[in-house]
Amino acid sequence: MKWMKNLKTYTPPAFTVIRDNDRCIRCKACVEQCSFDATFYDEEEDKVWNWDSNCVSCNRCAAICPTEAITIEKRDYSYRRNYSWESHIDGLKKRAIFGGTPVVSMGNDKPYKIYWDHMLLNASQVTNPSIDPLREPMELKTFLGKKPHSISVENVSLKTKLSPQLELDVPIMFAAMSYGALSYNVVEALGRAAKEMGTFYNSGEGGLNKDHYKFKGNIIVQVASGRFGVHKPYLDVGSAIEIKIGQGAKPGIGGHLPGEKVTETISETRMMPQGSDAISPAPHHDVYSIEDLRQLIYALKEATEYTKPIIVKIAAVHNVAAIASGITRAGADIICIDGFKGGTGASPQVIRDNVGLPIELALAVVDERLRSEGIRQDISIIASGGIRNSMDVVKAIALGADAVYIGTAALLAIGCTMCQQCHTGRCAWGITTQDPHLSKRVNPDIASERLINLLKVWSLEIKETMGAMGINSIESLRGNRLNLRGIDLSDRELEILGILPAGE
Amino acid sequence: MKIVKINEDNCIYCHLCEVACIVEHSQSKDIIKAFKKEERPIARCSVEFNYPLSLSIMCRHCDDAPCMEACQNGAMHRDERGYVTVDSNKCVGCWMCVMACPYGVIKRDTRREVWGLSTKCDACPDRKIPACVEACPNNALTFEEI
Repeated sequence: MKWMKNLKTYTPPAFTVIRDNDRCIRCKACVEQCSFDATFYDEEEDKVWNWDSNCVSCNRCAAICPTEAITIEKRDYSYRRNYSWESHIDGLKKRAIFGGTPVVSMGNDKPYKIYWDHMLLNASQVTNPSIDPLREPMELKTFLGKKPHSISVENVSLKTKLSPQLELDVPIMFAAMSYGALSYNVVEALGRAAKEMGTFYNSGEGGLNKDHYKFKGNIIVQVASGRFGVHKPYLDVGSAIEIKIGQGAKPGIGGHLPGEKVTETISETRMMPQGSDAISPAPHHDVYSIEDLRQLIYALKEATEYTKPIIVKIAAVHNVAAIASGITRAGADIICIDGFKGGTGASPQVIRDNVGLPIELALAVVDERLRSEGIRQDISIIASGGIRNSMDVVKAIALGADAVYIGTAALLAIGCTMCQQCHTGRCAWGITTQDPHLSKRVNPDIASERLINLLKVWSLEIKETMGAMGINSIESLRGNRLNLRGIDLSDRELEILGILPAGE
Repeated sequence: MKIVKINEDNCIYCHLCEVACIVEHSQSKDIIKAFKKEERPIARCSVEFNYPLSLSIMCRHCDDAPCMEACQNGAMHRDERGYVTVDSNKCVGCWMCVMACPYGVIKRDTRREVWGLSTKCDACPDRKIPACVEACPNNALTFEEI
């Protein structure tokens, strides 16, 4: 054995790697692929060993093994059963041993209620015809931005001056994931897929590598509290500018990029020293009120000569409806609401697991509030955080969203297995790492093709369900809550969601 | 003529090209039998590594193949498909081809029957796409027309 376990730092391994010796051909592919030092080969014994405590269950070894000799199992809990304590013992011990709060990644993984799974969609029967999307035209085109209250026409042309709009061929965009959190190749793949599918990739708060300026026209640039990599050419590349106030996975705190991931190119792009942690301030230090936000929005509009819509991204929190109303009045063109299931590259575990609201509820109350105040047309809504499949997209749009952001779903398409190790920078799938050897594991040609496939399939699925409802344009589905029915929900939940119970 | 193109930017150092090559040139063409039961052929491609670079290299089937020049009795020849292959009936194991190859991709066979004879990539005559190309999980090897 290569290591010896030490009681001083011991917490029980979470996974066991089981190797079928009859199948293992000692090709050592798994040894090379494990980036967490959990697999090694002993030449003397001619045997592949595993160090289970290091295993994060990323499944890279199992995926690469040509003979399917490897299975990874969740270790059964070996402490005495205790309902109230058992999921907290290891976390508590880690804090006591290492003296720090655990940083985790990906989205909230606690078993909170998922409202998407408690909503059912409608379909046309007899009294209204359903539409076949393979035979009849269907419209998914979406425009994001401020819409006029009324329009006036003169000589067959539009007299009203329209605000700048984002034009999307599919109402699905790639969420803000920065270069730094993601590897170069993944950004490349997301950019290419966005270009091909007529949608947008959000650069996140880490600036944009000069090589990726070629995606101009399909990039949303983000201005966050750290202001990393923000300069005029960067703003000019974006089709829209997103002010990030909060993120669903970690409302109330700023972005974290561990120093391990700040390599030379990242430091250049972010304009910060190599190897130092990039910890964005919790608030924007020039935004302490809605009035301040208005100033920042108009500063950015001024800087880009009023040619680009401004997005304000907030995490779904308790007073989200009132905050959204304020943001609309502050002059934002688009608001992004990020639910607590949204992912992150690094967040303190306590925040990720306990702060925020489900996007379904936040979206419903925001849409309702903006409508009741008569300002819904002043702003478009992007729902984000926990959109897992095309039906979540349909339900989000029916609840009032104009479009959605997908982050985790996009990474899953590239290969991610949600092992929640993004913050370590050792991603065995080459996605959230800056190690030049590991990041080669994502081939942008393959990854962009998979992303394009995903968006195409989701589009078709959306069209199919829209057709079943007898709707041929996504515009007619927007805010169409009559096509939703709740199941297994309390009266109060139905009221908040603004939908009827199934059967009514 | 198609040749295996090496894209080192995509190589992830998994060695599956070598595994596939061994299986393809084994008697049973069964991965577990090839590795565990039979006399194992050597891989004709080999993965080189120098962090962060890695790449799999195999015979380039050169137009002016130095190995063919060096071969004293015509064992190293160009077959009807255009690939440089070695005729084991003619090879005497002098290893001049091993010396001449600028890529170092010609090896000595280790199987008893053909021990010491030259062995190299034969571009998988029984397959449409060479085994290494098919096995590569990241398109680091592609089979392309030149």
